[in-house]
Amino acid sequence: MAEKQLAVRMRGITKDFAGKVLANDNVDLDVYHGEILALLGENGSGKTTLMNSLAGIYFPDSGTIEIDGEKVSIASPKDAFDHGIGMVHQHFKLVNVFTALENIVLGINDGGKYDLSAAAEKVRQICDTYGFDVNPKQKVCDMSVSQKQTVEIVKLLYRGVDTLILDEPTAVLTPQEADRLFDVMRNMRAEGKSVIIITHKLNEVLSISDRVAVLRKGTFAGEVLTAETNAQELTDMMVGHSVSLNIDRPESRPRHRMERIRVKNLTVRDHEGVTKLDDVSFSTYNGEILGIAGISGSGQKELLESIAGLQRPESGSVEYVVNTVGELEEVEQLVGMDPVKIAELGIVLSFVPEDRLGMGLVGNMDLADNMMLRSYRNGTSPFVDRKAPRQLAERVVDELAVKTPGIDTAVSSLSGGNVQKILVGREIASAPTVLLCAYVVRGLDVGSSHLIYDLLNRQKGNGASVVFVGEDLDVLLELCDRILVLCGGKVSGIVDARTATKAQLGLMMTKMEGGEA
Amino acid sequence: MFDLVGFIPRAVAQGIPLLFGCTGEIITEKSGNLNLGIPGVMYVGAMSGVMGSFFYESSLADPAQFNALLGFLIPVLCCLLGSLLMGLIYCFLTVTLRANQNVTGLALTTFGVGFGNFFGGSLIALTGSDVPSIALGTTSSVFRTTIPVLSGLGWFGEIFFSYGFLAYLAIATALVASQVLLNTRVGLELRAVGESPATADAAGIDITRYKYIATCVGCMIAGLGGLYYVMDYANGVWSNDAFGDRGWLAIALVIFSVWRPTLAIPSSILFGGLYILYLYIPTGSDSAIREIYKMLPYVVTILVLVVSSMRNSRENQPPESLGLPYFREDR
Repeated sequence: MAEKQLAVRMRGITKDFAGKVLANDNVDLDVYHGEILALLGENGSGKTTLMNSLAGIYFPDSGTIEIDGEKVSIASPKDAFDHGIGMVHQHFKLVNVFTALENIVLGINDGGKYDLSAAAEKVRQICDTYGFDVNPKQKVCDMSVSQKQTVEIVKLLYRGVDTLILDEPTAVLTPQEADRLFDVMRNMRAEGKSVIIITHKLNEVLSISDRVAVLRKGTFAGEVLTAETNAQELTDMMVGHSVSLNIDRPESRPRHRMERIRVKNLTVRDHEGVTKLDDVSFSTYNGEILGIAGISGSGQKELLESIAGLQRPESGSVEYVVNTVGELEEVEQLVGMDPVKIAELGIVLSFVPEDRLGMGLVGNMDLADNMMLRSYRNGTSPFVDRKAPRQLAERVVDELAVKTPGIDTAVSSLSGGNVQKILVGREIASAPTVLLCAYVVRGLDVGSSHLIYDLLNRQKGNGASVVFVGEDLDVLLELCDRILVLCGGKVSGIVDARTATKAQLGLMMTKMEGGEA
Repeated sequence: MFDLVGFIPRAVAQGIPLLFGCTGEIITEKSGNLNLGIPGVMYVGAMSGVMGSFFYESSLADPAQFNALLGFLIPVLCCLLGSLLMGLIYCFLTVTLRANQNVTGLALTTFGVGFGNFFGGSLIALTGSDVPSIALGTTSSVFRTTIPVLSGLGWFGEIFFSYGFLAYLAIATALVASQVLLNTRVGLELRAVGESPATADAAGIDITRYKYIATCVGCMIAGLGGLYYVMDYANGVWSNDAFGDRGWLAIALVIFSVWRPTLAIPSSILFGGLYILYLYIPTGSDSAIREIYKMLPYVVTILVLVVSSMRNSRENQPPESLGLPYFREDR
């Protein structure tokens, strides 16, 4: 290929937040026309911050940005558009009650008449060029995630953007939708546009990008051509030292292996009457980790919440097996119970919800008070016991190496990984017999993730029945004992994680697709 | 027999202050600001107009010198200025300082009502009159000028052309507001600010400017409602607390008309009618029944709130970020 034209040149970009965290430290980055650049790094390595500086969301403290050889200053998203740079954020910036078209033209004032039909025509042209499928009249609130993402990209192209930044675009997509996105990205590359994709998924990097730039703890760790590298090398660059990507799966042999939770014919509908779980039956055992795989929104949340007593299923049962002696079983029915009643039965059931600061912790309360959320009912005194939660908070901070100024700090001011450590630490402190966790490592870096895996394994060793809802199939395959695959609210199978393959899981996850668009 | 020809003009006249307040509040809420200060703003608007007109009237040595144009311009400009100041206070506190919108709004209402009553009392003391009110008959007659020929057309003229010009201005304002919101770039951007400021910000829209302008324009429109009440409806007579709780009804009307200024026109007239229905329904001598009829607008408001919260259509929801402050670097 001919010598490529430099599109963007960033030099010495430094940005720190409130003097506390150095998010970017003297980072250099080059982007060429007609290439797909993968920006790779762990969480908190400064990928998004760097790109936000290019897209005008943040203004770097120092450093220069050149576009096509010309030094520019980008102080707002509008400046970025004017220089042909646009970014699709992880949280879409779309107005829900507007149509696709209204969202696309929002903020454009070319001085001309406000003419939506001319704009619709232009949108149609863009869609034809790149192979998008957008209905300009459709409201954003009626769209799927992938459609919303398409609107975001069309919005940028409509503004004549030459450099597109996509922040973890595939995190919310099914594999098929991701493939479609990759096709569009290749079309854009063929049109001479530069595409920067922020990701930490190595397989994506290897399959789509031309070049990889790696950030590590806010600094530039190097760049390589995709054709000349492999997953292990990229990981080492990301982490800075050689790491084993393997996750432990200790064999646990409980003396008395038995069923713990028995779910029978569980059907759950949401308040709009949509079936979320359809005739689901399975069992969990003590001393094992049961993985739950599936495209997000396949009923994982409803399943965990039904067990934890937060959802009222339409039909079916959830039984907790207290003990078995020979043929005799002592069983408690959990359907119709709320968490307080379940606790009153003496069942120690812990739930680490997906929405950490929404359901799990109270962001504006400090560490100790958050610990108390689980213990305030203890005792008979009209006053709460503040001492025990404080000790627990100190222990969790200590054992899990939580980075916090102290236990009197508000939880919301901590980083995602530390928030999760506190939540998991609190939940396992009560020595649960059932531990339900949803996407516990989402947004955590490799180090923190492994710490969480170890904690789960320790619970498994203690004889707890762990249910682990995950999205990364590699992790599920390495960590879990068995994996239950959900697809559209139905169980499409339960496999042994030791023998199953990723391809097999992928097929099971999408098995029942096709009926729906 | 129910006196429809007598009833409708009264209902409309009752509805006009509500319509001004409602249109103003819709524009304000479309920018994401929930201005509960509207009742106060309407008081201040009315009082500012009264003060302007009072000092103009009393500056004249001879009532014959009264200039109709000045007699109209001075109160209107004073009213707009007073309401604008209220809007600026609200914006400075909630947008610039990001204070809580509910608290700020309620404080402004308390302040506005107090402002109106304090200066109302002062003016009454100045006139040294026996009755606790100020009468601005000359100014009022300017505001109550009707279209000469049309208003004489029997019942037709009674129903459609018996109003002062501010009434027509209220309806025109609502229609224009609706057009601007739906069919212009400014309207699209304003709605985007109220729905999702982060999105609007990323699209290069100046959030602060839109919030300030929408809120201040909304306050000025609402203020005119107060002015209409004193100058036209009440024949230029100000007495403390006479305006009552119309400001609150105006805010309730925003929900009733699902944030659409065009719907605000019939619904404010309907509420105006409900407000005075008790005068037209024979209640006999039992004043208790009369009081129950007076409750009608409030009962309907509650019913509407119940029904509208049950019917959860996406179209008829308040702007998504209504009541929330916006700060770009919040994450």
